[in-house]
Order: sequence, then C-alpha cells, then structure tokens
Amino acid sequence: MTSPTSTTTLPRIGILGAGHVGPAIGRVAIEAGYPVSIAGSGDPAKIALITQILVPGAKADWPAQVAAEADIVILAIPLHKFNTFDPSLVAGKVVVDLMNYWAPIDGTQQLFEDPRYGSSEIVQRHLSGSRVVKSFNHAGYHEIEAERRPAGSPDRLALGVAGDDRKAVELVAALVENIGYDAVLLDSLHEGRILEPGGPVFGASLTKEQFAQVLTEKTAA
Amino acid sequence: MNDSPSLRTGFPLTFGLDTFGDVHSDENGTLNSHAQTIRNIVEQGVLADSVGIDFFGIGEHHTDDYPLSAGDLVLSAIAAQTRKIHLGSAVTVLSSDDPVRVFQRYSTLNALSSGRVEVILGRGSSIDSFPLFGYDLSDYEVLFEEKSELFAELLKGSPVTWTGTTRAALKDQDVVPHLEAESFPTWIGVGGSPQSVVRAARHGYNLILAIIGGSPARFQPFSNLYLEALEHFERPAQPIGVHSMGHVAATDEQAQEEFWPRYLAVMKHVSRTRGFAIPTPESFKHEIGPHGAIYVGSPETVARKIAANLRVLHASRFQLKFGMTGLAHTAVMNNIELYGTKVIPLVREILGSES
Ligand SMILES: NC(=O)c1ccc[n+]([C@@H]2O[C@H](COP(=O)([O-])OP(=O)(O)OC[C@H]3O[C@@H](n4cnc5c(N)ncnc54)[C@H](OP(=O)(O)O)[C@@H]3O)[C@@H](O)[C@H]2O)c1
Repeated sequence: MTSPTSTTTLPRIGILGAGHVGPAIGRVAIEAGYPVSIAGSGDPAKIALITQILVPGAKADWPAQVAAEADIVILAIPLHKFNTFDPSLVAGKVVVDLMNYWAPIDGTQQLFEDPRYGSSEIVQRHLSGSRVVKSFNHAGYHEIEAERRPAGSPDRLALGVAGDDRKAVELVAALVENIGYDAVLLDSLHEGRILEPGGPVFGASLTKEQFAQVLTEKTAA
Repeated sequence: MNDSPSLRTGFPLTFGLDTFGDVHSDENGTLNSHAQTIRNIVEQGVLADSVGIDFFGIGEHHTDDYPLSAGDLVLSAIAAQTRKIHLGSAVTVLSSDDPVRVFQRYSTLNALSSGRVEVILGRGSSIDSFPLFGYDLSDYEVLFEEKSELFAELLKGSPVTWTGTTRAALKDQDVVPHLEAESFPTWIGVGGSPQSVVRAARHGYNLILAIIGGSPARFQPFSNLYLEALEHFERPAQPIGVHSMGHVAATDEQAQEEFWPRYLAVMKHVSRTRGFAIPTPESFKHEIGPHGAIYVGSPETVARKIAANLRVLHASRFQLKFGMTGLAHTAVMNNIELYGTKVIPLVREILGSES
C-alpha cells in the first residue's frame, strides 16, 4: 500500500469509469481522506492526464486491478455498457450503483425495460456475487463538489442510500457523510426506486428534512 | 491567479451570441411560426454585427420549439448582409452528421463570408438528431471520436485519406470547395466529459466549455486539463471559450421578470423529458447569482459575472445563449443591443484594467 497512514483506516474506493461522473466522485472522496483508485475501460495510460489533473492523489489502474483492491467499488460507466460488464470483476464487493436509466437519454435498453424492478435491482440481479447499494445517482455530478457542507450545517443536502444489505448500506452512508452530505437510508433496493429519474428526489437539491417530507408524502399517497 | 485571460493564454477577448433557434412571440404574445422564427434570426444576426459582436452561432436542433435544423443556410443569409461578424454553428451535432458534408457546407459559407466561419463541434447533448437520422444513442462515443478525427483531417485540406467504421473510407479524396487561406477556427463544445477535453487537444481543436448549471468555477480543472493536454500533445496554445445562457435588460429586475417565466416554462418541459426536478425561485436566484451558471441582469451585473468567470476559466471567448424560448422579439433585440453596446465594453474594461 502506498497510501498515507492517515488514510489507511478508511476503506479504499475503486472507481470504474473516468467520464463525467467518476472523477468528480473521486475528487471529493480523496478530499474526505479516502484512498482512491480509478479506471476507464482499459489501459490506465489513457486516463493518466485526466487522473493527474481532475483527481490528484488517485491511482489510475486497469479496471480489474481497481476492482480487486477496492473495499467499495463505484460503478460509474454508461448504462448502455452494463450488459458487457463482467460481474466476476466485482464479486464479493460492495458496489455503489450510480447509473440511471432514462430511455429518452440512453435509448431503449431492453435489459432495463422491466417496470416491476428499479434499475439497481436489475444491476443487483446481474452482479449476484456483489452487494449493490444505490446512491449518488440523483445528484448532478457537476454539483457534488460545490454543494458539500460540514455536518450540522443548516443547508447541508441529503443523498439517498438504498440497499438490501445493511452493512453495505452503512459503509456507503459513512462515505456520503464524510464527503459532506447527510445520508438518508432506504431499506432496500426496491425502496431505492424513489431515487430514480422521474421521481421526486432526482435532480432536486433536498435537505434531510425535505427528503423525509418527500418520503412521507410518497408513503401517504 | 489574477492574470487576465488574454495574458494567460495570449488570445484577444472575443464575444459571441448563440441561439438554438428558440421560437419567440410577437407583440401580442402569440408564438411565431417556424418560418418567422428563421427570418427573425437573420435580423438578430444582422443587429449583432451592427453593435460590434464578434460571433453569431446557431445550435443545431430538430424540435418544434427549436426548428433550426439547417443553421448554415440561415448563417449564409446573415453573411450576405454583414461584413465583420464571424458566423458558425453552436453546435453542429457531428455524431449524427457526415463530416464531409459539414466541411463542404461550412467551407462554402466561409467562401461566401470571405473567411468569417467558425465551427463548433459537439457530441450532441441534444439527442433528437440520433433517431431522426437513424443513429443509435449507444454509439455516441465511437461516432464522435471517429468523426472528429475525420473532420480534423478535412481541415488540413485535400487530398484526404481516412478509414474508420462509421462511414465509407476516403483515399486521396479531393473535397471541395478548397479553403482560401488556412482552415477556419474549429472548436469542440464540452459539457463535462474529460475525454472530450483531451480529444479537443489531441486533434488541435479550440475548447468551448458549455456551462449550463452550477458553479462555473468548478470547470477550472477542465481548462487546466486542456492546457496540460495541449502541452502533452506538443501543440501550441489554443483559445478556451465559455458558453452559457442568459438575458440582459436595462435593470436586474426587468431582466429577471422577463427571463424567469420563460426559463421556468422551458425547464418544466426539459424536466419532463430528462426526468429531473423543476427549478424553484430559490434555485433560480442561486443560478443567476455569482456562483451560478446563468447570466441574467443589467449590463453591469452580467458584465461583472462574465469577467469573473473568463478569468477563473483562463478563457478569452464568451458566448451568451440568448433569447430563451417564448421571450418577446423586442426583448430579444434589446438584449442583443445591450450586450453589444454595454456588456462587452464593460467586460473589456474590467479585464483590461487588470492586465
Ligand atoms: N450526469 C450526471 O450528473 C450523472 C449523475 C449521477 C449518475 N450518472 C450516471 O453515471 C453513469 C456514468 O455517466 P458518465 O456521464 O460519467 O459517462 P461517460 O462520461 O460516458 O464516461 C464513462 C466512463 O466509463 C468508462 N467505461 C466504460 N465501460 C467500462 C468498463 N466496462 N469498465 C470500466 N470503465 C468503463 C469509460 O471509459 P472509456 O473512455 O475507456 O470507454 C469512461 O471513462 C451513467 O450511468 C449516468 O446515468 C450521471
């Protein structure tokens, strides 16, 4: 391990995807003290410059290496690439799914065209050896850095964290809190559907209280 | 860093106006027809020239509220009535077009306008052209990568040789009309994809940062990435631009009153198609404030904000997306006039006095 000793207590974040979203998450995770590795679809040389400038302090590596070393894998690839993603890469890992499915933007993806399930439930079914947690999907990547606030700030925003595995959810909730957001825990990936595009949380900047309000209204309706 | 942008990158400040061909309303509040919208854009381009604006750009769109699918034709009408202003796309959705045709159309316009063309290439955040022309959205990366590579070849002049998977290969092909002088300035518009920033540098394109929400300052790393990548590919320095939306009127209050209801209506529509929440008066206040991406207000307010963000982003070009859908034609013309006669001189003054 080459990470400084002060950070070795925090889990290693492995980001798969170096596009709009991956580096933005990597940057704030590093500033929160987490060791971070990042990969594009292949040779780390291709993302060396991006890593050096946009995620200073992160290690660029091959996807398999990033996944293998990570305690939390952040899956930040385009949804239309998911059907070619190899589940064995992340077997046994906690995987944060921040992908969104919205047909007008992504084109129709047959795999996700099942109204009974949320997109993260479908992701979990394919990554059967991983513990999938849905989070970070409903915030704009371009605001994730500017909207961070210390715990207790009146204008601190909330991010939903949904999953079927309590321990995994808590690990990701701690990441959310350490980055600078209140974590609102949802009991299952099925509940996590409220975080999807078209829902009341997506793209809305909500505090913990406003988030709770939305959840109550939803249950009452 | 407090360097003025022209000091940092060595490029003169230039200012543009961009339209997506938004449908506006007449004096009775009735929405204009597509045909009237197009004729009005010519009038706007001519006015922009007469008040000293450097660039007028038309963004390709294919929808009922943005009926500007053939912007280059509109630009040629503007070219015929103007002498100085540069004309171009903002953006050309290159992924769903043929680079050879794009080159032919804009080198023709360049001939007509005696060298006043600039092209801005985009991957296409406005995705309506993909189904229209039979392209699959899942292919947007390979389409844009290959086509931006071919376009860079075309700009070098004929004969052109190129092979790829997204169109027929070219072998020693003469593509006409030839350019008179060196190639016209070509930019890549980027909304936050670091791959696109690096691609712009790799092919030697200028960079336009399209900043449509959130804090403009957060784009600074992208400017740094671009400058760093140019060095990496051993290319000379090239200019960086910023594209953002806004509206200028005599006072802050008037500008906000005119803009907000139109913006809200457009965003309600966009929210439905994109699945995100509708803006609130509070989120709007934030966006038009110093840490937001929208430039709405009096000439002083807008000029101060432009100057601050050009400086932070090492940019020498600012392009205001003006004329939000549904605004009155008169308000739009007034905006163009104030931008040319008040905003631009003020920005020059603010940045000039620092250098
Ligand atoms: N836009 C937002 O604000 C926002 C917010 C939250 C969530 N999201 C979601 O975030 C996801 C990513 O979006 P994006 O805009 O960041 O995509 P993007 O800019 O297209 O970038 C995708 C990245 O994923 C990499 N990649 C593709 N396949 C891979 C694989 N099998 N293994 C590792 N890396 C791979 C690509 O690498 P190469 O370049 O090497 O192919 C590229 O670096 C989407 O599902 C989106 O819905 C977006």
